[in-house]
Amino acid sequence: MAILSKEEAKKILEKVVGFSKADGIEANLNGNDGGNIRYARNSVSTSGEDSNVSLNVQSYVGKKVGSASINEFDDASLEKVVRRAEELSRLAPENSEFMEPLPQQTYGVESKTFIESTANITPDYRAQAAADSILPASKKDITAAGFLEDSRGFSSLMNSKGAFAYNKTTGVDFTVTMRSNDGTGSGWVARNFNDVSKLNTAEASAIAMEKALQSRNAKAIEPGKYTVILEPNAAADLLGLMLFAMNARQADEGRSFLSKKGGGTKLGEKIVDERVNIYTDPWNEEVPTGNWAGNGLPRKKMDLIKNGSVANMIYDRYWASLKNAEPTPFPGNRIMEGGTASIEDMIKDTKKGVLVTRFWYIRAVDPQTLLYTGLTRDGTFYIENGKIKHPIKNFRFNESPVIMLNNLETLGKQLRVASGGGPGGGGSSLIPAMKIRDFTFSSLSDAV
Amino acid sequence: MKRRDFIQLAGLSAGAMALPFSGFAQEVDIAHMLTPLLDTAKKKQLADVALNTAKGLGASYTDVRIGRYLNQFVTTREKKVLGVTNTESFGVGIRVIANGTWGFAASNNVTPDGIKRTTEKAVAIAKANSKFQKDPVKLATTPSYGEVSWKTPIVKNGFEVPVKEKVDLLLAANAKALEKGASFVNSIMFLVNEQKYFASSEGSYIDQDVHRTWPNFQVSMVDRQSGQFKTRAAFSAPVGMGYEYLDGRSEDKIQGPGGIILYNKSYDMIEDATMAAEQAKQMIAAKSVEPGKYDLMLEPSHLWLTIHESVGHPTELDRVLGYEANFAGTSFLTLDKWQSKKFKFGSDIVNFMADKTQVGSLGNVGYDDEGVKCKSWELIKDGVLVNYQAIRDQVNIIGQKESHGCCYSQSWSDVQFQRMANVSLQPGRQPLTPDQMVAGIEKGIYIVKDGSFSIDQQRYNFQFGGVLFFEIKNGKIEGMLKDVAYQANTNEFWNSCTQICDERDYRLNGAFNDGKGQPSQSNAVSHGSATARFNGVNVINTGRTI
Repeated sequence: MAILSKEEAKKILEKVVGFSKADGIEANLNGNDGGNIRYARNSVSTSGEDSNVSLNVQSYVGKKVGSASINEFDDASLEKVVRRAEELSRLAPENSEFMEPLPQQTYGVESKTFIESTANITPDYRAQAAADSILPASKKDITAAGFLEDSRGFSSLMNSKGAFAYNKTTGVDFTVTMRSNDGTGSGWVARNFNDVSKLNTAEASAIAMEKALQSRNAKAIEPGKYTVILEPNAAADLLGLMLFAMNARQADEGRSFLSKKGGGTKLGEKIVDERVNIYTDPWNEEVPTGNWAGNGLPRKKMDLIKNGSVANMIYDRYWASLKNAEPTPFPGNRIMEGGTASIEDMIKDTKKGVLVTRFWYIRAVDPQTLLYTGLTRDGTFYIENGKIKHPIKNFRFNESPVIMLNNLETLGKQLRVASGGGPGGGGSSLIPAMKIRDFTFSSLSDAV
Repeated sequence: MKRRDFIQLAGLSAGAMALPFSGFAQEVDIAHMLTPLLDTAKKKQLADVALNTAKGLGASYTDVRIGRYLNQFVTTREKKVLGVTNTESFGVGIRVIANGTWGFAASNNVTPDGIKRTTEKAVAIAKANSKFQKDPVKLATTPSYGEVSWKTPIVKNGFEVPVKEKVDLLLAANAKALEKGASFVNSIMFLVNEQKYFASSEGSYIDQDVHRTWPNFQVSMVDRQSGQFKTRAAFSAPVGMGYEYLDGRSEDKIQGPGGIILYNKSYDMIEDATMAAEQAKQMIAAKSVEPGKYDLMLEPSHLWLTIHESVGHPTELDRVLGYEANFAGTSFLTLDKWQSKKFKFGSDIVNFMADKTQVGSLGNVGYDDEGVKCKSWELIKDGVLVNYQAIRDQVNIIGQKESHGCCYSQSWSDVQFQRMANVSLQPGRQPLTPDQMVAGIEKGIYIVKDGSFSIDQQRYNFQFGGVLFFEIKNGKIEGMLKDVAYQANTNEFWNSCTQICDERDYRLNGAFNDGKGQPSQSNAVSHGSATARFNGVNVINTGRTI
């Protein structure tokens, strides 16, 4: 039941909209089948599956809105949920920011977000994928802890103004941490795909194992400002926080890193190195995403940062209507243009620096400057005269992605990374490795 | 409901207040929420379907959780109501041990047939995974309690309070803040009711009705001229209480150093919003801190988060053992330190209790989510590490026979696992008030309310910010500071604890949404303390220009 076809979803939604007696109605019908396996101490710890389909109905009378949901789909249930939403809308306080549903929209071609092989993952597949990671580790005096999560789902929307949208998607997300049994080395790797046939947990695990072995017996070096080579996952974490903060309303209200002293915003202004180009594109082959956003707006290719300048901010429909701006569909993916340099090339080109596998526990310190703190984790190495000299103890950093992207030295090759929230959760990103000068490490950590 | 759906549903954007959520929630009306779905006899019948099915398929242990999770959140900003949302999530989670391996499956189809199929799935998963299982699961024994029930001792069920009353309160708080010059105010009332029925193949049938309440706001001040903005969060705490928490009784108000008002067992939201606007103005005008070593005086609405991160998490046995290595991390409190019986975690005055029974706390329940009766126990005694937090399938590893009763799942759709109990710093044994503590400090900072936080994956190195920072010079509060964060090593920090105020200053704070596990789950947990002093802590300046 969890995955309805476009026609099946449309048929149910047409009935729902047909039952409406309020000023208007919008209905979302979504379903998801998910499965996961988790392992630690070289053994499976938990594993499970879940399944759900639900219909959410939003009815409105003037600016009073009521919502109700149901997971039964016979005619009587569909009518019941519509009546319940209508009743609630009459009782609701007025929401002065309520926007009527969108009229019929034109969506671009469907992206290739649904892959049959991923939709057909079984408990046996997951158990084998975990075994392919655990068995090599146990032969090398290493302990594996990992997690594989897969999902297949669909989402659809219809409203009384004539809009209808449908998308189905699959995703698989895999991470593993390999720790040397003497407790002094740790390595990590992450993989994120729509198509599970691209996933090889043995190949990914080998990388994490190598990092675990190489990072044993790390030495302490003084905190301070260093040139860093950030692997794509490390770069993506900080970058994502900046992109997530590009909300137009907050900028206009004066409480954003994009607000300007004296009033106004930095839209159109150069804020980072001019080699920085970041955009969203639902049809990108590496990171395809749905061709419409949750509120029904069509997604299209859109620049966020163009040649180092703020190209677009994210306007919700209410704020766009007040500011005479185009509303922005929330990006389903983020792509930063990269270069041709491999990590090895960047290391060769570095006199003194630090190679960072990933960051951990990143939290905002100051929203005004987008200052974040966090730590390096699972493979941090000292580079001297073009070579990795030795593993180093982890650092705490205090840095802003805005300052980081102003201190850009080299852009490397792109990698698909998860943007958080599991497979398909926060969307995926295509982010390059990058070399950054003067990255601020403020203290040492003993953590391995 | 996944977190991304919840955020959409709540109409929240980046930077909005973080909210917890539970699995597959659906919107419902309040009358429906106040009507019981199934009586205990019916739940028992349904649970028995799972227990019998699993037994027939060869499972050696089974537990069933039929859960109804209700949330209500009312959100406003300035003079507007942004949303009133009631959600219900109802379903069943079934956990089995087959061939010595765990299997779990969940479904929102709570019928005999749906439960039977879900049980079969759980057993099939256990059997598939058992091929690669090295060590069979060993469960610590727990008594069979028969048919029992427990309820949070609330005075006023928040779900029964009319929505209008909540909207009026939030808008009145917003109005006060705006009247005092605030640029923006967001406020929220968040209510949780977990109706949980647990049954196990060992003969326990446990019905629980758990309530939590969290009023919260953020008052922001923008100075367009200088381009600065600051946000003062509410001094409320999320609590394991009913709507009586909003009574704002005078006996629960505490006059703190620096002219601030703090709250204990009830909260005055309108008064706090008024103060928040005034303090947000002062936060902008405050002096930027000079980095260096300071004696820190940490107030309970701040210290709870430092306790949570640096004491609560590293004493979780599953972390120590490596079960969380791929996500939350491991722990520096390794088994050898505990075995030595003399590892000095903190100074002699540092005593921590783990507790699931404290009235008013978020962790308070009668039984945990694997049917173990809850209790309290010592973690750190006179500065020494004496125990961990452990559940049925792990406590044998530290040679103990009894689970600590701290197993929890955020919903029926997620598998239960070890979650943090309330972990609290015991008040000082000598009479001491916060004002007396200030009087003894030469160069220090008094920090109120939690702010920025970050700690490494083994819980050594941390950095914390705050909301209000008062400079202490020669025994007196001198005025506000800004751009303050402190960095320390957990072990050094707790050994630098030289004073703890007495029980008159003891208060609970906490969080609805402590994240752990893969897939990540939220846990609600409280941490109590009195104001405490830490000598010579490293303070950094976080001011930057972009």
